[in-house]
Amino acid sequence: MSVLAHVFEAAGIATVVLASMLEVVQQVSPPRALYCDFPLGRPLGRPDDAAFQIDVLRRAFALLDSDGPVIETHPETIESDETPLACTLPPRDDPNAPPAVDEARGLRAAYERAKAKRGVTAVGRAIDADGVPDALAILHSWDEGASWKENPLPGKNTVAVCHDIRAYYEEAALELVTGPPPGARAAEAWFFESTEAGRTVQGARRAMKDQDAPFPFWFYMAPAHR
Amino acid sequence: MRAYSATLPAPEFAGPAFVTPKPLSECRVAIVTSAALHRPHDEPFTQGDTTYRTLERSDRDLVLGHWSPNFDRTGFGIDVNVVYPIDRLEELAADGTIGSVAPRHFAFAGNQPDTVSELRLDTGPACAVELTADQVDVVLLTPV
Repeated sequence: MSVLAHVFEAAGIATVVLASMLEVVQQVSPPRALYCDFPLGRPLGRPDDAAFQIDVLRRAFALLDSDGPVIETHPETIESDETPLACTLPPRDDPNAPPAVDEARGLRAAYERAKAKRGVTAVGRAIDADGVPDALAILHSWDEGASWKENPLPGKNTVAVCHDIRAYYEEAALELVTGPPPGARAAEAWFFESTEAGRTVQGARRAMKDQDAPFPFWFYMAPAHR
Repeated sequence: MRAYSATLPAPEFAGPAFVTPKPLSECRVAIVTSAALHRPHDEPFTQGDTTYRTLERSDRDLVLGHWSPNFDRTGFGIDVNVVYPIDRLEELAADGTIGSVAPRHFAFAGNQPDTVSELRLDTGPACAVELTADQVDVVLLTPV
């Protein structure tokens, strides 16, 4: 972001950066930056809070009055919420299917409601919603000892497929929970700690590592800290 | 992620440009984000993509195409403005804080090769040409 600021200023356009990485912005040193210690992925701080977002923008645009390069820090810190979402999962339906496969099928109605409401879905990088249970069945087989090479995922892109599975779950979960918007990382914690799919992805990831799969193939299937 | 990013190489710019804009109430403002946003039927971002996508002022049904699994996406799922504050810009234009909202906005992917040379020498300047064509005075840059 700060690199683009320099490029645009050189072309005669004034810029303001909303910065999420303090060390990076200090090093690249764009003309104007407002560092916001908010959860990564939420540079305006709070979803569905127009007043807070406007406050961030007013503080950012105020930097345009500065006579020289300036990096300011937003006075508020917003912490991520590591508590898993309180999202009810469907009961077992097909005892012959792997638990994650059964679970994913059970979330389909909520996912479809979410997609209809938003008009758009992030699922589709490698597989669509129909492909989620099948992909989980393959990941489950890796976790059970099958070769990841001989039983490939559709599209053969583990990172894209795991993105699609997680997006399917998170979109369904947002439809199932009530109350104020959940904090950042609550859905991530729910997916990886509370769902069968999350356990299956992590098991498959460990299995790939143990089978000496190339690092980027398995590492980016889940956040770095997991 | 913040601790890790602090260890990565970052380019430094000698003698950078510094543009003093006209009063904000007369400025046309565009958003350029590194969240890899795109419209559902646009070409998706690839891993390490150095190109950008164009977002029309009226677009709200957007996909977050960034490849990193490390940041929250549910905020964007609830409210696109937490990444791409387009409705807030419209409000600031309506109350006269900014002059106008640009007709087009742009999205890059934040996970760039370490040298960022394509961004600096090719796609960044190409985007600047488009912003200039739209008579943009101020760009707000938002990450994820």
